[in-house]
Amino acid sequence: MFDRYLICEEGFSNVMRDGKATGFQLGVRITYYRGVALSLVEGFDVNVDGKKYERDKVRFSVRDRSFTFSEMETAVNDRWEFGEVATLTIPEPGGLAPGKHEVEIFEHLRISYLPWPSITGDKKVLPLAA
Amino acid sequence: MSRIKAGVSLYSYQEEYFLRKMTLEDCIAAVSKLGADGVEILGEQMLPNFPSPGSKFVDQWFGWMDKYKTKPTAYDAFLDTKLYKNRLLTESECVDMMARDIKLASRLGFNILRTLVMTPRPVIEKSLEIAERHDVKIGIEVHAPFSLKSPWIDEFMELADRLKTPYFGIIPDMGIFVKRLPPVYLGWHVRHGARERIVAYIAEAYAARMDKEKAKAEIAKMGGTEAEVQLCEHAFHYSFDDPKWLLPYIPRMLHIHAKFYEMTPGCAEPSIPYEEIVPILVEGGYQGYLSSEYEGQRHIQDLGEVDSVEQVRRQHAMFKKLLAN
Repeated sequence: MFDRYLICEEGFSNVMRDGKATGFQLGVRITYYRGVALSLVEGFDVNVDGKKYERDKVRFSVRDRSFTFSEMETAVNDRWEFGEVATLTIPEPGGLAPGKHEVEIFEHLRISYLPWPSITGDKKVLPLAA
Repeated sequence: MSRIKAGVSLYSYQEEYFLRKMTLEDCIAAVSKLGADGVEILGEQMLPNFPSPGSKFVDQWFGWMDKYKTKPTAYDAFLDTKLYKNRLLTESECVDMMARDIKLASRLGFNILRTLVMTPRPVIEKSLEIAERHDVKIGIEVHAPFSLKSPWIDEFMELADRLKTPYFGIIPDMGIFVKRLPPVYLGWHVRHGARERIVAYIAEAYAARMDKEKAKAEIAKMGGTEAEVQLCEHAFHYSFDDPKWLLPYIPRMLHIHAKFYEMTPGCAEPSIPYEEIVPILVEGGYQGYLSSEYEGQRHIQDLGEVDSVEQVRRQHAMFKKLLAN
């Protein structure tokens, strides 16, 4: 439904720690027509310039909470709201080079009334600021 | 003079709300502007801090109801039976989840709660006491691909008869009356790789109530690609009941989801025969709300800006015309 808005245009940047880039982050939105408990967000497949990142290395942050997808399996009280931007943080030593990158994301949700998994995707070319 | 009332499920404005072009208040204002007074919401779509929005919000909500002269009609709940990855919710956990939504619905002034068709009957039965205490009626949504003529609905009606309670009824979604495939749906597929002549065939096959497998075989014979055969499979997930089948259920109908995929500039819905449905509702003495549910946004997002407010306005113009007769 909202696949084309999955990847946020803003917020694509490197993550710095002690002056060094340790990874990168980007904003994502739920592609479903309501917000859900975090336990229903099964994971994201992150591909940048053809490189696939392992799902269990990705951290998911919404408001002031941050989790791995394994930790989120039991997060039934916390939610990702409809239209709310969550941040995915992906480790990558040295970060990404400034300039344009092709980002492809697949979002996996567990929807109770669907007999199949909900998997939606979006692909955007995003600029990463220096 | 018909006593059918007009309202809008704010689900209709999901695109604008999602993109933060409209706030919840803007959505309520839009309902008021088109002369309707019924406001339906999904508990988990536009409320802050679900399931506990807080008393400040509740005051603000009722302030908006006063300001815009609207009233809460139905609250759409979701039973997340797959809340946990490793197991389904138990019956008692389901009842707790239903109670959560019943209480919130009641707190916001709703007297009808929509529950989805797969809600287990024992869960509904066990929720009726709380529902009654909070004066919230539980309505099972009759939604495609489920049908008015099915053993499933007979079982629910049997339950309703046995319990003899006004707190349980049905909410038909007009998407069970898709007579012709929505042009906006077909148009999206043509823009995304399906060939016009194959799409035209799928539309004809659906309208003729052809057997799905036969249609798929024909498409393959016509040189259809695998994607085009799959499109046929997907298209046949729309369904068509005869609107006359509504008549015996009208006494049990709490509310109606007036589903639509597109309203033309002439204020007509090309795929759902409202001109047949509304007279049947009037004939049957339906007195609840027709609550607009616009669901065509996703098929036209790629063409530019969606205008859900205008789409809903056109549907209400159609209602006024059909109800005036």
